[in-house]
Amino acid sequence: MLVCVKRVPTTGGKITLTPDEQEIDTRFSGWTVSPHEECAVEGAVRIVEAHGGTSTVLTLGPAAAEEQLRDALAVGVNDAVLLETDGSEWDPEETARAIAGAVAGLEADRGPFDLLLFGNEAADTADHQVGIRVAHALGRPCVAGAKALELRDGTAVVRREAPDGGWEVVEAPLPAVLTVKEGINLPRYPSVPGRIRAKKKEIHRVAPERTGGRVRKRRLVLPPERKEQAEILGHGPEAAPKVVEVLRSLGLVR
Amino acid sequence: MILAYVDHRDGAPDDASLEALTLGRTLAERTGWPLEALVVGRAGRAAAEALGVHGPAVVHVAEGDGLDGPYAPQAWGAALAEAVRAASPKLVLSPGTDRGHETLAHAAAALDLPMVANCVDISPGEPTVVLRQRWGGTVLEEAEADGPTILCSVALHAVQAQPAPAPADPEVRPFAPPVPEEAFRVRVIDRVEPDRGGVSLAEAKVVVGGGRGVGGPEGFRVLEELAGLLGGAVGCSRVVTSAGWRPHAEQIGQTGTRIAPDLYIACGISGATQHMVGCRGAKRLLVVNEDPEAPIIAHADWVVLGDLHEVLPAVVAAVRAATQD
Repeated sequence: MLVCVKRVPTTGGKITLTPDEQEIDTRFSGWTVSPHEECAVEGAVRIVEAHGGTSTVLTLGPAAAEEQLRDALAVGVNDAVLLETDGSEWDPEETARAIAGAVAGLEADRGPFDLLLFGNEAADTADHQVGIRVAHALGRPCVAGAKALELRDGTAVVRREAPDGGWEVVEAPLPAVLTVKEGINLPRYPSVPGRIRAKKKEIHRVAPERTGGRVRKRRLVLPPERKEQAEILGHGPEAAPKVVEVLRSLGLVR
Repeated sequence: MILAYVDHRDGAPDDASLEALTLGRTLAERTGWPLEALVVGRAGRAAAEALGVHGPAVVHVAEGDGLDGPYAPQAWGAALAEAVRAASPKLVLSPGTDRGHETLAHAAAALDLPMVANCVDISPGEPTVVLRQRWGGTVLEEAEADGPTILCSVALHAVQAQPAPAPADPEVRPFAPPVPEEAFRVRVIDRVEPDRGGVSLAEAKVVVGGGRGVGGPEGFRVLEELAGLLGGAVGCSRVVTSAGWRPHAEQIGQTGTRIAPDLYIACGISGATQHMVGCRGAKRLLVVNEDPEAPIIAHADWVVLGDLHEVLPAVVAAVRAATQD
């Protein structure tokens, strides 16, 4: 199993931008892995628990992304690969090329991965394409948006959301690429021994070749904020009659 | 030329595709380029009629044994890629749905062309400049893209679908793109119909949502009771699903369900951006929270300050009393 993750800022209640309008201000927040990818990591660990084998986590990002790799090692991923960049943003085409190149390199050493797992889209850029581009580069089938996964006789059986509600079932012969959505599983929390083990592991560093992208960020903009103030209906249970008035005004209560 | 990829169910185009087509028409008027549409599958011929009111001059219908069957993402992408090779559009638009993104990404990969997701506006040129959503629309990015053709998905609900002032009678142009066998390795093989029992979160007119402040799984009983009285559905924040208190299907957020009720009652939810992306579609927001500084209050229409476990039982009792009168 190979699982690819992306380091993204942790966002709380309000996002602010850096003065140069290039990044989200992270002075008062931390970093994390995109939610879909947290589930991809959990998925990789569960498959290895059920079927044997090993799992590897890979990210393309700055040296500090080691933190996200160690988070994955702490929940049971076996080893980690960092495609180290200077921290500037890579566009989805060059990101996919670098990952496909790294996968080819790893596979030359240790044989093919049965599954490459990605998040369906990253929390920050939501480009919706890196996993699919990697699948094309490697000539493998791809299933996006997996919300349930079972491996049967060399086939990945995937359930995903159908456009008009309900589910659709798709299959992909292994080796394959899957992009995962949150909800496919409930990620575990790392144990203390897991954290300690993760700290000691060596991270395999590779310098990716930057091939150049064709989509460039000019600047970030925050959409205009609304101006109206909320009406305070009251404090505690005494506000209940006011709430009923509101519900009545909306036709929800007679 | 601008080519809009239109997704359809048995010949009925989906709403998101009409949004993309509406943006395509605006851009066609701005640039003077013709607007054409592409549907996949023989059943798509029926879509051409429905598309006429939205203004494309030509509707290409990609047909063939494989393409007339159930959805196969890579094959649909290959059909779109073939249309792009044949017509060399400057711009390709897709709906901002899962399928729209998936088909477009397969086409972009097959063509080795840049793709920009979740656009809200596009200025074609050299370079093409786009305004696109990041963080579920909490942040916008102005970006530029180079390439003979730029593939863009149109962010959901960023454009309101509107028919053209003068409906056209588009020429329907069937074609049979060569699609490699391997593009059919992944195909929809089964469908599980949605559970129509109860009120679905995405379509509910009233949603009662709970966050960390609910305190645990038992705490949701009073939310269920209120939702039941109002004919609504229960939802929750990501904290709640991560803790295992409620199933992920009830999560409202960037990585959960996007809701669009007439009223959203958010209880014990601080209002992280991840959550606010999911409830932005709510027409009205009533917040019940102990913390007057909670970020969600900036988005609220009405606020009750206090412990939800004291406020909600009183509201439930008052609603019952009102309905019994």
